[in-house]
Amino acid sequence: MKAPEPIQVVKQRRDAALAGLVEGVPYIQYLGITFDRRGDELTGVLHYDDKLIGNPVLPALHGGVTAAFLEVTAIVSLSWTLLWDDLETGRLDPEALTADAEARPRLPKTIDFSVDYLRSGLPRDAYARARVNRSGRRYASVHVEAWQDNRDKLFAQATGHFLMPRRDG
Amino acid sequence: MTDASKRAAAARQFISALPHCRALNMVVDEVAAGMAVISMPWAPELVGDPVTGVIHGGAVSALMDTSGGAAVLCHPDAPAMTATMDLRIDYMRAAKPHQRITARAVCHHMTRSVAFVRAEAFDEEDGGPVAVANGAFTVVGGT
Repeated sequence: MKAPEPIQVVKQRRDAALAGLVEGVPYIQYLGITFDRRGDELTGVLHYDDKLIGNPVLPALHGGVTAAFLEVTAIVSLSWTLLWDDLETGRLDPEALTADAEARPRLPKTIDFSVDYLRSGLPRDAYARARVNRSGRRYASVHVEAWQDNRDKLFAQATGHFLMPRRDG
Repeated sequence: MTDASKRAAAARQFISALPHCRALNMVVDEVAAGMAVISMPWAPELVGDPVTGVIHGGAVSALMDTSGGAAVLCHPDAPAMTATMDLRIDYMRAAKPHQRITARAVCHHMTRSVAFVRAEAFDEEDGGPVAVANGAFTVVGGT
């Protein structure tokens, strides 16, 4: 039997691929969204900043920021599931992802996105996780949930349909 | 001041008070009874696809959401406050990079507790909207 890969090799490969996916998108950086990874599970983290406020009286996160955070989490999570097999079988070199913008896999395109606002977003960090409910050759359907203090008390959720990137041109 | 100019002034004040709208450089172009037109410039930090320079759908959502809220506040029933309850956006095509995006929202129906909104977003090309949206907004303190 082949010896398992050293943990650092596995971690470095996966973290490099994730960084390549996220760091190349200016809008993700602008909103201050990062991703925590546990194995293949991703959690989006929206780091609080004053510029994310919509209603300064409450104050509450701007509804557009909440929508954008959910959409970013959906797209990154969907891309991550597409990338995972290629990454783990060695067909994809994670270093190439960070080095060359042109070599990065094309991201899925949003067809439609429907957001439910369940309670107002508080002026603090927010978290989101996406579930790919269907992933076909051309289309995908993704559900995403966001919360702040309690995982059970969502402040927003969304469902979206995405057009898959063409594989190999 | 006439009703129309009061409405316009209130809408401009509404937008300028919202930190995220200031961050995205949104401006109120036009308001009427239950209608608002708000636009924002293309900016490098709003790009979602670095290869093409196309703006991220999330930034378009923020503009549509803001125009929807402004349309509700401009409604003759004059609600004191509103918040988005749900918003569905259909993305027709990618917005042309380096072009201004303009969202036009109409509050087409209002009850004592809910306002219904339709919105369309355009770039500077002639060919149809880049995105359309339908939303329901909460209404607080209407007449």
